[in-house]
Amino acid sequence: MSERLRLNPIACEAHGMCAELLPERISLDEWGYPILDERPLSPDLVSHAQRAAQACPTFALLVERERSRG
Amino acid sequence: MTMSRHATIPELEPTMSEHAPSSGLPRLLEGVPAQGAMTLQAHLDTHGELPSARRRDQRGATALIDQIEQAGLGGRGGAAFPTAKKMRTVAAGRGKPIVVVNATEGEPASLKDRTLLETLPHLVLDGAALAARAIGADEAILCVCESAGVGLEHSARAISERERLPGRWPRIVLSTAPEGYVVGHESALVSHLNGGAPKPTFSPPMPFERGVRRRPTLVNNAETLAHVALIARHGPRWFRELGLSDQPGSTLVTLTGPLSYPGVYEVEYGASLSSLLDAAGGTTSRVRAALFGGYAGTWVDGGALPSLALSNAHLAPHGASLGAGVVLLLSEDACPVAETARVTRWLAGQSAGQCGPCVHGLDTLAATFEQVCGGAAPSHATARVEQLAALVRRRGACSHPDGTARFAMSAVDVFSEEFADHARHGACDACARQSELPLPARTRIATAA
Repeated sequence: MSERLRLNPIACEAHGMCAELLPERISLDEWGYPILDERPLSPDLVSHAQRAAQACPTFALLVERERSRG
Repeated sequence: MTMSRHATIPELEPTMSEHAPSSGLPRLLEGVPAQGAMTLQAHLDTHGELPSARRRDQRGATALIDQIEQAGLGGRGGAAFPTAKKMRTVAAGRGKPIVVVNATEGEPASLKDRTLLETLPHLVLDGAALAARAIGADEAILCVCESAGVGLEHSARAISERERLPGRWPRIVLSTAPEGYVVGHESALVSHLNGGAPKPTFSPPMPFERGVRRRPTLVNNAETLAHVALIARHGPRWFRELGLSDQPGSTLVTLTGPLSYPGVYEVEYGASLSSLLDAAGGTTSRVRAALFGGYAGTWVDGGALPSLALSNAHLAPHGASLGAGVVLLLSEDACPVAETARVTRWLAGQSAGQCGPCVHGLDTLAATFEQVCGGAAPSHATARVEQLAALVRRRGACSHPDGTARFAMSAVDVFSEEFADHARHGACDACARQSELPLPARTRIATAA
């Protein structure tokens, strides 16, 4: 089971907190909106990712368990 | 020749008579009236009774899904998703399913769904009723653009005519949706029907899981359901007598451009583009390029057109697909750069305004094209277009930014000479000519008559 970052682009208001807290996986585009690296998070990054998600003022950043494919 | 033509809209001209009887076409457009809509009685006389009016058991109903699967019917809203697979998923969902007929047709270059509703509404309604019964739904909502005028009127009349049908059929109700390019996205339609904004939503849940009134919702394009009406009557083997093994059957194509008879045609998949152009009376000026799939689609250079066939497999090497059946020819008289700038600006305006990269990216993309057009673009304009396309792709809640990026990239690719010329010398003579590519302001005037 691995975790990935996902963004709700409707909720995102480009506060940019996520890129501050998880620069390993998140950069900002020229308008300030996050560009995610959506590959599975390595174990050492999961807690940082969760902190970034909690810090998002609009709850737009999600750390999702990969859904098992059937 | 395997092709049948329907009259152009809004001026309904008589359909062309010379199609070979052996061609198996027309199917959907069989007996299409030159004026007005086909009545229920005429429809039943043309196509026969509704099959499950005779065998009403549930097995007869779900057997339709097997038939649709064997027929290989793909969705006609653009994505070509296997219809049977979608139906099965909804039927297996939690709660009473519901059907939504998507006839919103927000694509400005597409008129096929409107044509069906205006002239052959019972084909669509048959399909809706049959699909609803097959998945165990008790209701189908026919969703039509509020500006559809005649299409709306004829739909409403056709629905009331069906009270005379023998047997119990799922209820069909008519609903309107506002105009707009992204309104037809499944999640936007579901949001609208649930009383929310007609804008795409963040998923999951997907409509097939939880859609209208929180029920599993089957959203099908109007033409898709028209094909269901005929598959239910004639079976999958009949359906596969036309078309290709990996894309069977016939399809409606909205053909626009410098032609004697632009309009909605029914063609079999795999038919040559040149046979379609012949059926349309031939081109009236030289063709610079053709846009396939509408404004979320892909340009193919005029040089490649004579050998091109109308199927996704044939279009794939050009990076194109038929989408919702739009073929738009651009003449050599037009300025492709000005046309691209104008359509991209319109597409930017069609953003639902929800997702940052779409709002800012499409606006910047349109502005970049406008600069190129005016000769005010920096030398790296093409690279900038590529960069912007990459920046918006897969970053919206719906595929609108992706479609716009595809359109923009293919324009830069196919019209590279014209773009380079504008970058060097600024506006050309053709820039000031009346634009060729249809946008809704023009469509609306045309249909007001």
